[in-house]
Formats: sequence, structure tokens, C-alpha cells
Amino acid sequence: MANGERELPRPTPETQNFWDGTKAGELRLQQCGDCENVYFPPRHFCPGCGSKSVAVLRASGRATLHSYVISHLPAPGFEPPYAIAVAKLDEGPKMMCNIVDCPQTPVALVIDMPLEVSFEKINDDITLAQFKPVRGQ
Amino acid sequence: MKRNSVAIVGAAETTELGKVPTMSQVQLHADAALNALADAGLKLSDIDGVATGGHNAVEIAHYLGIVPKWLDGTSVGGCSFMLLVRHAAAAINEGLCNTVLITHGESGRSGLGRHGSSIFPSLFQQQFERPFGVTRPPTMFTIPVLRYMKDFDLSEETLAMVPVVQREWAGKNPRASFKDPITVDDVLNSKMICYPFRLLMCCLVTDGGGALILTKADRAKDMPQKPVYIRGTGESAETPMISQMADFTSSAAFKVSGQQAFESAGISHSDVDHLMIYDAFAHLPIYGLEDLGFVGRGEAGPFIADGNTRPGGKLPMNTNGGGLSYMHSGMYGMYALQEGVRQMRSTASAQVPGAEISVVHGVGGMFSASGTIVMTNVA
Repeated sequence: MANGERELPRPTPETQNFWDGTKAGELRLQQCGDCENVYFPPRHFCPGCGSKSVAVLRASGRATLHSYVISHLPAPGFEPPYAIAVAKLDEGPKMMCNIVDCPQTPVALVIDMPLEVSFEKINDDITLAQFKPVRGQ
Repeated sequence: MKRNSVAIVGAAETTELGKVPTMSQVQLHADAALNALADAGLKLSDIDGVATGGHNAVEIAHYLGIVPKWLDGTSVGGCSFMLLVRHAAAAINEGLCNTVLITHGESGRSGLGRHGSSIFPSLFQQQFERPFGVTRPPTMFTIPVLRYMKDFDLSEETLAMVPVVQREWAGKNPRASFKDPITVDDVLNSKMICYPFRLLMCCLVTDGGGALILTKADRAKDMPQKPVYIRGTGESAETPMISQMADFTSSAAFKVSGQQAFESAGISHSDVDHLMIYDAFAHLPIYGLEDLGFVGRGEAGPFIADGNTRPGGKLPMNTNGGGLSYMHSGMYGMYALQEGVRQMRSTASAQVPGAEISVVHGVGGMFSASGTIVMTNVA
């Protein structure tokens, strides 16, 4: 890692459960008990219908590569060029991530390729949900 | 919105654009404001409403020595000025104030007297985007494009035609930062910034400012400049996080804002003589043309590449050269509005002959917000 440290998330009351999940190796979404909407980022109510009847849903960790860029600009904690991607989870929501265990090139990064979650422990408090290509398909 | 009830009676940019190391950001606001007042034949004491985006509106009012009856500091990125025009028109119609000054100044290149981000930080972006290495706009605004390129078979060559065509307009504008013609090869061979975006697909970073003065249309008739009427307006917002755009190939904020503007103006697309679509990056005019309904889904790239928006084309667009070639201080919306006013006054460097209706469409943040203004010189 060059150029200092990457910016780390500062969890808030409505997101703490998500970050507790990544630390425990779980990708947690939320689902509305009334309209069944699965959503992200976490909130204490459903942004689809306003219901407060919401529950945590453990995601499968399966996703596809929805879109990405390969940044050649300097960024604290990153060695350019590096990809900034958006994974589309099988459950529906989209999440920004980096694509790990993969060359950071247009040839290796193919839109719609299958991905799976890969937890990257940064320190004792923070583990990031990253994604990597699904091998052997 | 009451159609044509409010007019732009003063409009000006800063005396200098580009690299202005002699002026702080607030000075740029004031330089533009004083130029717009001179343009309108008004004095500071005539202003009773003050609005700005990306800067503390109280500081602007105080710096100019104005104690306003109405104040608006909506700061949602570069389209803030489209929203402020809309809000000002509503305030004037409601009788909250008579004469509104909207200012923009940004020391985007020199960084003199600039205080932090022009948009409020997002809680969720801090947690769910910034840890993945997003930094400046080229690392965020560009993210949806590969999705669009796959879904609609848009090639890098066609995308590169956007800056090529806009440079043709810039070549007609003595105030444009870059005027020399460029080719698709020039664009694709320019420095890679954030794949698939090369340098020439990204906006400039410059210093400058602009100001507008609005008042009731019936008063405008007695003022020195040809009035430019606000015929229709729209605004909207979608998300502070680019990753949470519902559809990576279309902006919900563009669609809602554009539809309101066209409906309130009572116009159809064939009525539009002149178009400005905020172009911080090469893909924005493509999204804009489609989301505003000028062309169908997937058609905007070929529409531009075929020359429809170039000088002499049927839909002249970004006639000042745009954020890609004219100037881009960071919040470009003010300059798009200024070009709309010039076209309606028939004073533009690359004047569209006989233009009567101009649509000026802005984006704020990374597809976060949007504002659309329909102007006309016909009362």
C-alpha cells in the first residue's frame, strides 16, 4: 500500500450490524417484512414502503460485475492502476467494492462475470466486503 | 411555475476565466456579480434576494454589502444554479423579493479562498464507497459507463466523438480554454485517467465565476438588455452514491427534472433550438440526450457521432465548447446558463441563427441531482 492509509468506514448506529457481519464473515442485507424489498445500505425502516418491520437477511455472497473503472489516479492506500467496481448481488442490491485476486485489467475484468464475496480484514474493528471472480466455472 | 413571468435581466461571467491567481473565490463571486449588475444597469442596492451554491450564501451577501429579504444556499453540486434559478423565479412570483442576484465563483484551479467540498459529505458514501478508493470525480462519475457501453453497444470511438464535436464549438469561442481541433485518435491516445476515460474525455479544472439577475418580466421590458424569460423549470435528486443509482444507463434525476421542465414550458423536443447538457465527462451528453427524451435509449452516441449536435447540425448542443473545452471551475452549471442567455440575446460567439428556445440541463454531484431550465426570448 502506497500513499498512506485508505479511508476506513466509520460505522454509525444503523450500520453497525453490517460491519459486525463482515467481521463475522457474513454479508448482511436487510429485508422488509411487509413488502419483501431487499435493500442496502442499512436503515431502520424500508426505503421502499416506510415500514419499520425489517429484518437482517444474510446474503449468499454471490454477485456479478455490474460496472467498474480502472483508476490511474493516486489514492491513499492504493497502488494505481486499481479497479473500483460495483457488484450486483444475487439478492438485488448493488455494492461498491474492489475486485481482489484478479488482474486489474479490462481483459480480466469482464462485465457480468460472476463474483463471490471475499472478506478483507483491515484491522480488529473493520473488515471490508470485497469481491473476487468465481473460479472453475 | 408561471410561464415567462420572470426574466433574466443581467448576466455575466468573471472578467477573466481559466487561471485567475489574482482572485480568491469570494472575489470571483463579486467580480461576476458586479459585471452582471453593470450588464443589467442596476446597483447593489437594487438587489433584495441573494442566492449561491457551493459557498456560504451569508458570506456572499455580506461581502457584497446586501442585507437580503430572501436567501437561498442550495448546494447540490454543479446544477445548483439551475435549481437556484427555479427557486428564485418562484420567490419572485410569490412576492418574497423583487430582484435576485445568483452568483457563482470557484477557484477550482488556483484553490484561493476555497473552503472544502461544494457539496455536503454523505454519511453512506463515507462508509460504503470511500474505502474502495474513490477520490475525485473521475473515479466516481465514470463508474456506470462500462455498463452502458455493454448494454447499448457504445464503442470507445463513439464516446470519443463527444469531446471531438465540442471542440468544434470551442474553436468558435475566443474565451474557450482549448480551441484547437482534436480527433478521435487524439482523444483515445490521451493520458488514461480512469479506464475507459482518457484525459480529453474529462472536463477542465479552471477558475472563474458567473452571475445572473432575475426580476419580474413586466419590469424587464424597461431594462437595457433583451429579456430572457424563464419559460419552464425542473429539478430532482437521486442518490449521493454513484453505486446506488437505480439504473446505471439512465439518471432518474435527469428524467424527473427534464420532464418537469418540458411540461411546465409547454414545449416539445422539436421546439428546442439550442441545448446545453452539462458535460463534466464525455458520457453526460449521451445520458442527457436520452433521459431528456431527445433520442431513444442507446441512440445518443450515434446521434452525436453523426454530427447532429455539431455546428450546422439540427440540434446545436454545448455551443460554448462545454465543460470539456470551454471552462469548468467545478460547478459548471452557471456557465451553461450563461451560454443559454447569450444564445437568447443573440450575442453568443457561435450564435445559433434565430434561436428562440434554449434548454439548459445540469447535473450535480455524480448523477446525484439535476436541474433543467427552459429559456426563451419570446414573451
